[in-house]
Amino acid sequence: MPHDHIHGPTIDPERLAYYQRMATAVREILIEKGVLTGAQIEATIKKMEARGPALGARMVARAWVDSDYRIRLLLDGSAAAEELGIPVDGTRLIVVENTEEIHNLVVCTLCSCYPRNVLGLPPDWYKKTAYRARAVKEPRAVLAEFGTVLPNSVTVRVHDSTADMRYLVLPARPAGTEGWAEDKLAALVSRDSMIGVQAAKEPES
Amino acid sequence: MKRGVHDIGGLPENQIDQSEHDYALWEKRIDALLVLLTGEKQIMRVDELRRGIESLDIDAYSELSYYERWIASISKILVEKGIFSSTELEGKMAEVLARGTES
Amino acid sequence: MKPAFQPGASVTVSNRDIQGHMRTPTYIRGKTGVVERLCGSFRNPETLAYGGDGLPKQPLYRVRFLQSHVWPEYRGPSTDTVDIEIYQHWLEPVS
Repeated sequence: MPHDHIHGPTIDPERLAYYQRMATAVREILIEKGVLTGAQIEATIKKMEARGPALGARMVARAWVDSDYRIRLLLDGSAAAEELGIPVDGTRLIVVENTEEIHNLVVCTLCSCYPRNVLGLPPDWYKKTAYRARAVKEPRAVLAEFGTVLPNSVTVRVHDSTADMRYLVLPARPAGTEGWAEDKLAALVSRDSMIGVQAAKEPES
Repeated sequence: MKRGVHDIGGLPENQIDQSEHDYALWEKRIDALLVLLTGEKQIMRVDELRRGIESLDIDAYSELSYYERWIASISKILVEKGIFSSTELEGKMAEVLARGTES
Repeated sequence: MKPAFQPGASVTVSNRDIQGHMRTPTYIRGKTGVVERLCGSFRNPETLAYGGDGLPKQPLYRVRFLQSHVWPEYRGPSTDTVDIEIYQHWLEPVS
Protein backbone atom coordinates (compact mmCIF):
# COMPACT_ATOMS: atom_id res chain seq x y z
CA MET A 1 0.00 0.00 0.00
CA PRO A 2 1.56 3.32 -1.07
CA HIS A 3 2.57 5.27 2.01
CA ASP A 4 1.34 8.62 0.75
CA HIS A 5 -2.21 7.35 0.44
CA ILE A 6 -2.32 6.84 4.19
CA HIS A 7 -1.24 10.38 5.04
CA GLY A 8 -2.73 12.09 1.98
CA PRO A 9 -0.99 14.00 -0.78
CA THR A 10 1.43 16.74 0.27
CA ILE A 11 -0.01 20.16 -0.42
CA ASP A 12 2.28 22.32 -2.56
CA PRO A 13 2.39 25.65 -0.66
CA GLU A 14 2.79 27.75 -3.81
CA ARG A 15 -0.16 26.09 -5.47
CA LEU A 16 -2.24 26.53 -2.32
CA ALA A 17 -1.29 30.22 -2.13
CA TYR A 18 -2.38 30.58 -5.77
CA TYR A 19 -5.85 29.23 -5.06
CA GLN A 20 -6.20 31.21 -1.86
CA ARG A 21 -5.32 34.29 -3.91
CA MET A 22 -7.97 33.29 -6.43
CA ALA A 23 -10.53 33.00 -3.63
CA THR A 24 -9.62 36.45 -2.30
CA ALA A 25 -9.72 37.92 -5.80
CA VAL A 26 -13.12 36.42 -6.62
CA ARG A 27 -14.56 37.63 -3.33
CA GLU A 28 -13.21 41.17 -3.81
CA ILE A 29 -14.39 41.43 -7.42
CA LEU A 30 -17.87 40.29 -6.43
CA ILE A 31 -17.98 42.82 -3.58
CA GLU A 32 -16.74 45.62 -5.89
CA LYS A 33 -19.41 44.75 -8.44
CA GLY A 34 -22.09 44.80 -5.77
CA VAL A 35 -22.98 41.14 -6.22
CA LEU A 36 -22.59 40.48 -2.51
CA THR A 37 -21.08 42.08 0.56
CA GLY A 38 -18.40 41.06 3.00
CA ALA A 39 -21.01 41.22 5.75
CA GLN A 40 -23.13 38.65 3.92
CA ILE A 41 -20.15 36.30 3.65
CA GLU A 42 -19.40 36.70 7.35
CA ALA A 43 -23.05 36.09 8.27
CA THR A 44 -23.13 32.98 6.09
CA ILE A 45 -19.99 31.67 7.78
CA LYS A 46 -21.51 32.28 11.23
CA LYS A 47 -24.65 30.40 10.23
CA MET A 48 -22.51 27.49 8.98
CA GLU A 49 -20.43 27.43 12.17
CA ALA A 50 -23.58 27.26 14.30
CA ARG A 51 -24.46 23.94 12.71
CA GLY A 52 -22.96 20.69 13.88
CA PRO A 53 -23.76 17.09 14.78
CA ALA A 54 -25.49 18.20 17.99
CA LEU A 55 -28.50 19.09 15.85
CA GLY A 56 -28.85 15.60 14.39
CA ALA A 57 -28.15 14.14 17.83
CA ARG A 58 -31.18 15.98 19.22
CA MET A 59 -33.38 14.42 16.56
CA VAL A 60 -32.02 10.95 17.31
CA ALA A 61 -32.45 11.34 21.09
CA ARG A 62 -36.01 12.58 20.62
CA ALA A 63 -36.80 9.56 18.41
CA TRP A 64 -35.37 7.24 21.06
CA VAL A 65 -37.68 8.56 23.78
CA ASP A 66 -40.75 9.46 21.73
CA SER A 67 -42.09 6.70 19.47
CA ASP A 68 -44.50 9.04 17.66
CA TYR A 69 -41.65 11.40 16.83
CA ARG A 70 -39.65 8.42 15.59
CA ILE A 71 -42.45 7.59 13.13
CA ARG A 72 -42.64 11.20 11.92
CA LEU A 73 -38.84 11.29 11.60
CA LEU A 74 -38.79 8.21 9.41
CA LEU A 75 -41.66 9.47 7.26
CA ASP A 76 -40.30 12.98 6.69
CA GLY A 77 -36.90 13.88 8.12
CA SER A 78 -37.14 17.50 6.98
CA ALA A 79 -40.43 18.17 8.77
CA ALA A 80 -39.16 16.37 11.87
CA ALA A 81 -36.06 18.60 11.94
CA GLU A 82 -38.16 21.75 11.56
CA GLU A 83 -40.37 20.52 14.40
CA LEU A 84 -37.37 20.78 16.71
CA GLY A 85 -36.54 24.25 15.43
CA ILE A 86 -33.76 23.04 13.13
CA PRO A 87 -34.07 24.88 9.79
CA VAL A 88 -33.48 22.70 6.74
CA ASP A 89 -33.68 25.39 4.01
CA GLY A 90 -35.51 23.12 1.58
CA THR A 91 -33.24 20.09 2.12
CA ARG A 92 -35.05 16.82 1.50
CA LEU A 93 -33.90 14.68 4.42
CA ILE A 94 -34.46 10.93 4.51
CA VAL A 95 -33.76 9.23 7.84
CA VAL A 96 -32.83 5.55 7.75
CA GLU A 97 -33.06 3.46 10.88
CA ASN A 98 -30.56 0.94 12.22
CA THR A 99 -32.12 -2.11 13.83
CA GLU A 100 -30.90 -5.49 15.00
CA GLU A 101 -31.30 -6.72 11.43
CA ILE A 102 -30.25 -3.67 9.39
CA HIS A 103 -27.25 -1.33 9.45
CA ASN A 104 -27.23 1.76 7.21
CA LEU A 105 -24.25 3.58 5.71
CA VAL A 106 -24.33 6.87 3.79
CA VAL A 107 -21.95 7.96 1.04
CA CYS A 108 -21.89 10.33 -1.92
CA THR A 109 -19.75 8.54 -4.50
CA LEU A 110 -19.95 11.37 -7.05
CA CYS A 111 -19.01 14.29 -4.81
CA SER A 112 -19.73 14.99 -1.13
CA CYS A 113 -23.46 15.51 -0.63
CA TYR A 114 -24.09 15.56 3.11
CA PRO A 115 -26.99 16.63 5.37
CA ARG A 116 -25.24 19.87 6.38
CA ASN A 117 -28.29 21.43 7.97
CA VAL A 118 -28.36 18.76 10.67
CA LEU A 119 -24.72 17.66 10.85
CA GLY A 120 -22.65 20.70 9.88
CA LEU A 121 -19.70 20.30 7.52
CA PRO A 122 -18.56 16.80 6.57
CA PRO A 123 -15.30 15.21 7.76
CA ASP A 124 -12.41 15.13 5.27
CA TRP A 125 -12.57 11.38 4.77
CA TYR A 126 -16.20 11.51 3.67
CA LYS A 127 -15.19 13.76 0.76
CA LYS A 128 -12.09 11.87 -0.33
CA THR A 129 -11.87 9.18 -2.98
CA ALA A 130 -11.02 6.19 -0.75
CA TYR A 131 -14.32 6.33 1.17
CA ARG A 132 -16.39 7.30 -1.84
CA ALA A 133 -14.99 4.51 -4.03
CA ARG A 134 -15.09 1.74 -1.42
CA ALA A 135 -18.22 2.38 0.67
CA VAL A 136 -20.54 1.19 -2.10
CA LYS A 137 -18.47 -1.82 -3.11
CA GLU A 138 -17.08 -3.13 0.17
CA PRO A 139 -19.10 -1.50 2.95
CA ARG A 140 -18.25 -4.18 5.52
CA ALA A 141 -14.51 -3.68 5.02
CA VAL A 142 -15.01 0.08 5.31
CA LEU A 143 -17.08 -0.35 8.47
CA ALA A 144 -14.37 -2.59 9.92
CA GLU A 145 -11.79 0.18 9.35
CA PHE A 146 -13.97 2.37 11.55
CA GLY A 147 -14.14 -0.36 14.18
CA THR A 148 -17.61 -1.59 13.26
CA VAL A 149 -17.77 -5.32 12.66
CA LEU A 150 -21.16 -6.71 11.75
CA PRO A 151 -22.23 -10.36 11.62
CA ASN A 152 -23.72 -11.68 8.38
CA SER A 153 -27.11 -11.84 10.13
CA VAL A 154 -27.19 -8.02 9.89
CA THR A 155 -28.02 -6.65 6.44
CA VAL A 156 -25.90 -3.68 5.38
CA ARG A 157 -27.72 -1.03 3.34
CA VAL A 158 -25.59 1.56 1.60
CA HIS A 159 -27.25 4.82 0.50
CA ASP A 160 -25.52 6.65 -2.34
CA SER A 161 -26.63 10.26 -2.16
CA THR A 162 -26.63 10.83 -5.92
CA ALA A 163 -29.36 13.40 -6.37
CA ASP A 164 -31.67 15.64 -4.36
CA MET A 165 -32.09 13.62 -1.16
CA ARG A 166 -29.84 13.84 1.89
CA TYR A 167 -29.50 11.08 4.44
CA LEU A 168 -29.24 10.75 8.21
CA VAL A 169 -28.80 7.43 9.96
CA LEU A 170 -30.92 6.87 13.08
CA PRO A 171 -28.53 4.67 15.09
CA ALA A 172 -29.81 2.02 17.48
CA ARG A 173 -30.27 3.12 21.08
CA PRO A 174 -27.54 1.59 23.23
CA ALA A 175 -28.55 -0.83 25.97
CA GLY A 176 -28.38 0.36 29.56
CA THR A 177 -29.88 3.81 28.82
CA GLU A 178 -33.40 3.22 30.10
CA GLY A 179 -34.92 6.30 31.68
CA TRP A 180 -32.12 8.61 30.50
CA ALA A 181 -32.93 12.26 29.82
CA GLU A 182 -32.81 13.38 26.18
CA ASP A 183 -29.69 15.51 26.49
CA LYS A 184 -27.81 12.67 28.17
CA LEU A 185 -28.90 10.38 25.31
CA ALA A 186 -27.92 12.96 22.71
CA ALA A 187 -24.37 12.95 24.08
CA LEU A 188 -24.08 9.29 23.01
CA VAL A 189 -24.98 10.12 19.40
CA SER A 190 -21.77 10.78 17.49
CA ARG A 191 -21.49 12.31 14.04
CA ASP A 192 -20.06 9.04 12.78
CA SER A 193 -23.09 7.10 14.05
CA MET A 194 -25.33 9.38 11.96
CA ILE A 195 -23.21 8.81 8.84
CA GLY A 196 -23.35 5.11 9.68
CA VAL A 197 -19.68 4.16 10.03
CA GLN A 198 -20.13 3.54 13.76
CA ALA A 199 -22.80 2.69 16.28
CA ALA A 200 -23.82 5.21 18.93
CA LYS A 201 -21.53 5.30 21.97
CA GLU A 202 -22.11 2.92 24.82
CA PRO A 203 -22.87 4.33 28.28
CA GLU A 204 -19.74 4.33 30.41
CA SER A 205 -19.89 1.53 32.96
CA MET B 1 -17.58 3.24 -20.79
CA LYS B 2 -15.63 6.42 -20.14
CA ARG B 3 -16.02 7.65 -16.59
CA GLY B 4 -15.82 11.21 -15.37
CA VAL B 5 -12.93 11.88 -12.96
CA HIS B 6 -15.45 12.04 -10.13
CA ASP B 7 -17.41 8.91 -11.05
CA ILE B 8 -15.41 6.60 -8.81
CA GLY B 9 -17.90 4.32 -7.06
CA GLY B 10 -16.40 0.82 -7.02
CA LEU B 11 -12.93 1.75 -8.30
CA PRO B 12 -9.96 0.29 -6.42
CA GLU B 13 -8.79 2.46 -3.58
CA ASN B 14 -6.63 2.23 -0.50
CA GLN B 15 -7.19 2.42 3.22
CA ILE B 16 -9.25 5.39 4.34
CA ASP B 17 -7.25 8.21 5.91
CA GLN B 18 -9.46 9.10 8.87
CA SER B 19 -7.53 12.20 9.88
CA GLU B 20 -9.49 15.44 9.99
CA HIS B 21 -8.48 19.08 9.88
CA ASP B 22 -10.25 22.14 11.17
CA TYR B 23 -11.71 24.16 8.33
CA ALA B 24 -9.51 27.21 7.66
CA LEU B 25 -11.01 30.68 7.18
CA TRP B 26 -10.15 30.66 3.46
CA GLU B 27 -12.11 27.40 3.06
CA LYS B 28 -15.12 28.67 4.99
CA ARG B 29 -15.15 31.81 2.83
CA ILE B 30 -15.28 29.74 -0.35
CA ASP B 31 -18.05 27.64 1.11
CA ALA B 32 -19.98 30.77 2.09
CA LEU B 33 -19.44 32.20 -1.40
CA LEU B 34 -21.02 29.15 -2.96
CA VAL B 35 -23.93 29.18 -0.51
CA LEU B 36 -24.65 32.82 -1.34
CA LEU B 37 -24.18 32.48 -5.11
CA THR B 38 -26.45 29.42 -5.35
CA GLY B 39 -28.92 30.52 -2.70
CA GLU B 40 -29.86 34.11 -2.01
CA LYS B 41 -28.11 35.54 -5.09
CA GLN B 42 -29.38 32.91 -7.57
CA ILE B 43 -26.34 33.47 -9.82
CA MET B 44 -25.22 29.88 -10.23
CA ARG B 45 -26.33 26.36 -9.39
CA VAL B 46 -24.66 23.60 -7.38
CA ASP B 47 -24.97 21.52 -10.56
CA GLU B 48 -22.74 24.04 -12.34
CA LEU B 49 -20.21 23.88 -9.51
CA ARG B 50 -20.15 20.09 -9.87
CA ARG B 51 -19.82 20.26 -13.64
CA GLY B 52 -16.92 22.67 -13.25
CA ILE B 53 -15.17 20.32 -10.83
CA GLU B 54 -15.80 17.35 -13.11
CA SER B 55 -14.17 19.22 -15.99
CA LEU B 56 -10.83 19.24 -14.17
CA ASP B 57 -8.32 16.81 -15.60
CA ILE B 58 -7.53 13.72 -13.57
CA ASP B 59 -4.28 15.15 -12.16
CA ALA B 60 -5.91 18.36 -10.99
CA TYR B 61 -8.86 16.42 -9.55
CA SER B 62 -6.63 14.19 -7.45
CA GLU B 63 -4.00 16.80 -6.47
CA LEU B 64 -6.12 19.81 -5.61
CA SER B 65 -7.69 19.84 -2.18
CA TYR B 66 -11.45 20.07 -1.83
CA TYR B 67 -11.85 23.85 -1.66
CA GLU B 68 -9.13 24.45 -4.24
CA ARG B 69 -11.34 22.46 -6.62
CA TRP B 70 -14.33 24.52 -5.55
CA ILE B 71 -12.75 27.90 -6.22
CA ALA B 72 -11.30 26.69 -9.53
CA SER B 73 -14.82 25.69 -10.57
CA ILE B 74 -16.56 28.79 -9.21
CA SER B 75 -14.13 31.05 -11.11
CA LYS B 76 -14.68 29.12 -14.32
CA ILE B 77 -18.45 29.25 -14.00
CA LEU B 78 -18.58 32.96 -13.12
CA VAL B 79 -16.34 33.82 -16.10
CA GLU B 80 -18.61 31.69 -18.29
CA LYS B 81 -21.59 33.66 -17.06
CA GLY B 82 -19.86 36.96 -17.74
CA ILE B 83 -19.91 38.06 -14.08
CA PHE B 84 -16.26 38.96 -14.57
CA SER B 85 -13.63 38.22 -17.20
CA SER B 86 -10.57 36.05 -16.79
CA THR B 87 -8.52 39.20 -17.40
CA GLU B 88 -10.23 40.93 -14.50
CA LEU B 89 -9.58 37.91 -12.32
CA GLU B 90 -5.91 37.74 -13.26
CA GLY B 91 -5.57 41.47 -12.62
CA LYS B 92 -7.13 41.20 -9.20
CA MET B 93 -5.01 38.16 -8.31
CA ALA B 94 -1.88 40.13 -9.26
CA GLU B 95 -3.09 43.00 -7.09
CA VAL B 96 -3.62 40.64 -4.15
CA LEU B 97 -0.15 39.18 -4.65
CA ALA B 98 1.43 42.64 -4.80
CA ARG B 99 -0.38 43.61 -1.60
CA GLY B 100 1.55 40.86 0.09
CA THR B 101 -1.05 39.81 2.68
CA GLU B 102 -3.89 37.32 2.46
CA SER B 103 -7.00 39.10 3.71
CA MET C 1 -44.41 14.51 -16.14
CA LYS C 2 -46.37 11.59 -14.72
CA PRO C 3 -44.24 9.07 -12.80
CA ALA C 4 -43.85 5.88 -14.79
CA PHE C 5 -42.94 3.55 -11.92
CA GLN C 6 -44.54 2.50 -8.65
CA PRO C 7 -42.70 1.32 -5.55
CA GLY C 8 -41.96 -2.36 -5.99
CA ALA C 9 -41.48 -2.12 -9.76
CA SER C 10 -38.41 -3.83 -11.21
CA VAL C 11 -36.32 -1.40 -13.24
CA THR C 12 -33.07 -1.55 -15.16
CA VAL C 13 -30.65 1.38 -15.31
CA SER C 14 -29.93 2.39 -18.91
CA ASN C 15 -26.51 1.59 -20.25
CA ARG C 16 -26.12 4.93 -22.00
CA ASP C 17 -22.69 6.51 -22.26
CA ILE C 18 -23.37 10.23 -22.42
CA GLN C 19 -21.06 13.21 -22.43
CA GLY C 20 -21.46 15.87 -19.84
CA HIS C 21 -22.80 16.11 -16.33
CA MET C 22 -25.05 13.40 -14.99
CA ARG C 23 -25.89 11.89 -11.61
CA THR C 24 -26.16 8.23 -12.63
CA PRO C 25 -22.94 6.53 -11.54
CA THR C 26 -21.19 4.20 -14.00
CA TYR C 27 -21.19 1.34 -11.49
CA ILE C 28 -24.99 1.01 -11.61
CA ARG C 29 -25.49 1.21 -15.38
CA GLY C 30 -27.21 -1.83 -16.80
CA LYS C 31 -28.12 -3.16 -13.35
CA THR C 32 -31.63 -4.17 -12.31
CA GLY C 33 -33.20 -3.19 -9.02
CA VAL C 34 -36.52 -2.48 -7.36
CA VAL C 35 -38.11 0.95 -6.87
CA GLU C 36 -38.04 1.67 -3.13
CA ARG C 37 -39.92 5.00 -3.38
CA LEU C 38 -40.72 7.93 -5.60
CA CYS C 39 -38.85 10.89 -4.13
CA GLY C 40 -40.72 13.52 -6.12
CA SER C 41 -39.93 15.46 -9.28
CA PHE C 42 -36.88 17.68 -9.57
CA ARG C 43 -35.14 19.82 -12.14
CA ASN C 44 -32.82 17.85 -14.40
CA PRO C 45 -29.20 18.27 -13.24
CA GLU C 46 -27.93 17.38 -16.72
CA THR C 47 -29.21 20.68 -18.08
CA LEU C 48 -28.97 22.73 -14.89
CA ALA C 49 -25.24 22.11 -15.00
CA TYR C 50 -24.98 24.11 -18.23
CA GLY C 51 -27.10 27.09 -17.29
CA GLY C 52 -30.42 25.58 -18.32
CA ASP C 53 -33.53 25.77 -16.18
CA GLY C 54 -33.69 22.00 -15.73
CA LEU C 55 -37.31 21.84 -16.87
CA PRO C 56 -39.37 19.80 -17.25
CA LYS C 57 -38.85 18.33 -13.80
CA GLN C 58 -38.02 14.64 -13.84
CA PRO C 59 -39.42 12.04 -11.44
CA LEU C 60 -36.66 10.83 -9.12
CA TYR C 61 -36.71 7.39 -7.55
CA ARG C 62 -34.74 5.59 -4.87
CA VAL C 63 -33.93 2.21 -6.40
CA ARG C 64 -32.66 -0.68 -4.31
CA PHE C 65 -30.12 -3.12 -5.73
CA LEU C 66 -28.70 -6.34 -4.32
CA GLN C 67 -24.96 -5.89 -3.85
CA SER C 68 -24.37 -9.42 -5.10
CA HIS C 69 -25.96 -8.36 -8.43
CA VAL C 70 -24.00 -5.11 -8.67
CA TRP C 71 -20.53 -6.47 -7.85
CA PRO C 72 -19.59 -9.90 -9.22
CA GLU C 73 -16.98 -10.30 -6.49
CA TYR C 74 -19.13 -9.08 -3.58
CA ARG C 75 -18.34 -11.16 -0.50
CA GLY C 76 -20.99 -10.04 1.99
CA PRO C 77 -24.39 -11.67 2.57
CA SER C 78 -26.77 -11.86 -0.39
CA THR C 79 -29.22 -9.61 1.49
CA ASP C 80 -26.88 -6.58 1.47
CA THR C 81 -28.19 -3.72 -0.68
CA VAL C 82 -27.26 -0.37 -2.17
CA ASP C 83 -29.95 2.30 -2.61
CA ILE C 84 -29.39 4.98 -5.23
CA GLU C 85 -31.44 7.97 -6.40
CA ILE C 86 -32.01 7.71 -10.14
CA TYR C 87 -33.96 9.94 -12.50
CA GLN C 88 -36.79 8.42 -14.49
CA HIS C 89 -35.14 9.01 -17.87
CA TRP C 90 -32.38 6.61 -16.83
CA LEU C 91 -34.77 3.77 -15.92
CA GLU C 92 -36.33 1.14 -18.14
CA PRO C 93 -39.07 -1.26 -17.10
CA VAL C 94 -38.19 -4.92 -16.79
CA SER C 95 -40.49 -6.92 -19.01
